[in-house]
Amino acid sequence: MIWLENLRRKKFMDPLTAAFYLVPAGIIVVTFRMVPIASAFILSFFDVKMGRIRGFVGLAQYLDLFRDPTFFSSLGTTAYYVAGVVPASLFLSLLAAVLLNQKIRALGFYRTVFFLPVVTSLVAVSMVWKWIFHPRLGLLNYVFEVFGGNAMLWLEEPRGIFEMMASGLGWSWWPDGFVGPSLALIAVIIVAIWRGIGYNIVIFLAGLQNIPDQYYEAARIDGANPRGVFWRVTWPLLSPTTFYVLLSTTITSFQVFTQIYLMTGPPVGGPMGTTKVIVYYLFEKGFDAGGNMGYASAVALILFLIILSLTLVQRRLVESRVYY
Amino acid sequence: MHGGAAGRGRTGRMEQTATLHDRELNAAYRVRRGVGKAGVYAALAIGVVLMIVPFWWMISTSLKSPLEILEFPPTWIPTGHFAERADGTWEEVYIVSQDKEAGTTDVRSVDGDLERTVTSSAVVDRIRFRFRNYAEAWSQAPFTRYYFNTILITVFVVIGVLVTSSLAAYAFARMKFWGRDNIFLVFLSMMMVPQPVYLVPSYIILVKLGWIDTYQALIVPWFAHIFSIFLLRQHFKTIPDDLYDAAIIDGCSRFAFLWRVMLPLSKAVLVAVVIFTIVGTWNSFLWPLVMTNTPEVRPLQVGLARFSQEQGTSHELMMAAAAFSVAPLIIAYFFAQKQIIQSMATSGLKG
Repeated sequence: MIWLENLRRKKFMDPLTAAFYLVPAGIIVVTFRMVPIASAFILSFFDVKMGRIRGFVGLAQYLDLFRDPTFFSSLGTTAYYVAGVVPASLFLSLLAAVLLNQKIRALGFYRTVFFLPVVTSLVAVSMVWKWIFHPRLGLLNYVFEVFGGNAMLWLEEPRGIFEMMASGLGWSWWPDGFVGPSLALIAVIIVAIWRGIGYNIVIFLAGLQNIPDQYYEAARIDGANPRGVFWRVTWPLLSPTTFYVLLSTTITSFQVFTQIYLMTGPPVGGPMGTTKVIVYYLFEKGFDAGGNMGYASAVALILFLIILSLTLVQRRLVESRVYY
Repeated sequence: MHGGAAGRGRTGRMEQTATLHDRELNAAYRVRRGVGKAGVYAALAIGVVLMIVPFWWMISTSLKSPLEILEFPPTWIPTGHFAERADGTWEEVYIVSQDKEAGTTDVRSVDGDLERTVTSSAVVDRIRFRFRNYAEAWSQAPFTRYYFNTILITVFVVIGVLVTSSLAAYAFARMKFWGRDNIFLVFLSMMMVPQPVYLVPSYIILVKLGWIDTYQALIVPWFAHIFSIFLLRQHFKTIPDDLYDAAIIDGCSRFAFLWRVMLPLSKAVLVAVVIFTIVGTWNSFLWPLVMTNTPEVRPLQVGLARFSQEQGTSHELMMAAAAFSVAPLIIAYFFAQKQIIQSMATSGLKG
């Protein structure tokens, strides 16, 4: 069977032939991914203004960054945003997926409807919601008034929600450090949950449908109540899916930009800077205000480190509870 | 449930009571199940309303007149006030003021400044759709250009991604060469780096290439899509080696094997790649926002954002623009929802 051996050997090819297939993708990946990613790291040590490298500054930009209150407040705002979007989105999408996983008529209809915002562009979504949140003419305030609530400023409200709740309870004083995210940020969070929930529902639904029926049958024969079935069968067997949804929602949430850019302000990031998230801060530093690109690269690197470490920490924390 | 040691004489009655008992239990259970089901449908109905209302609001607003927007409470269905003219025809009017005692209303024609007073009963509310908002919004910004740009960019990116990904995936899946798995790992690790991180250096590179404000800047960097390479490679690996061997024996070249065998066998994956590439390119925003400054190459999303920032107060025009910007994908979605949902779910693309 020498001819077969020769054939097998043929699969070990010379690098040149392989290169022919790899070069088109390779050139693009190297030029527009690898080089930029490496440069982001390098640029953060240089003074770069308006696309021109002016000189090496070492760690100076990082030191500036750690003394920059706007940077820290943008980090805090992003953290509020992530903390607002991720648990709510996870809870609501899991709830919807569990409801849809029963013997439901017209399942396809519900899935279609819930997924609809995901294919809609974020720019359009942001415009529509900005109009819904309009303080005077908006749909939301109208609905609130119909149900006897008070009209609110929504995207124009800089006050923190904890502070607002406290004043709603009649407390005149509230500690400055605990005012919480502004109502404007909450409005942006609501939009993000609305936009992304359909995606998470589809993922959860796929996960739920992967759980074999025998487990449910066994649980039913043993006389488990629905709550017990959920916590002892569904939840552990769904954990890989939950883990994926948690991770991907967190990572996308950290990069929020479009909603902030279109819904808040002017100036963007308002009112009073309470919706200025980290990617918008990066954009503003690098492209808007004088184009301080070295500084923006330092911000980018911190963002990268946060996302990376979050991925790793989350993986370690959650993986021990994930049943594969 | 019922004690087995019951007296023989009473067994019949016992059974009777037991069945009765069971029947009651069953009925109660069914009611509870029914309530549960009703609760499920109620919860889902609330969800559906919450998902649909913003779309309804977008379209409803886009068909209103500029002054109807300012009315509070707002109308769910676009409604206009109509008054009869002297010659018996009707025209749409705005209500300027109402005099309850005299029973008259001052109205102004929508298309003119002419103000007149009519009896209140002569003013009638009627549903009407102001489709001309769409034409007006379209003409207030170079939307034809934006649309053309987005379609052009999307077509080229899709072709580029298909070509580069199939070739690279073929190499990674079928060929053996030095460093293959390491190169693949490097590719995969770069997929994890979020776009904002390399945005600034990419901008500088495009400046150096002289590509800012060109189509290339919006197309070429997206010619290769690492996740598509990954997806295709995984699929190519499932196609058995024997097929490859047989084809080579028959004198098939490597490229012909890819073209004639591998790709036709991978139609489903290729469709998925095409779909998420289209959706991703159509909706991408941050990259084109940074890389373009002029309307000539600006894609639809950036143009729409610019329009929204410049308009500010004409909500009916903004909603019309938003509606015609999302229309193509939503229409496509209604025709191919299954494929689109599947494709986007595999890609992890959230737009």
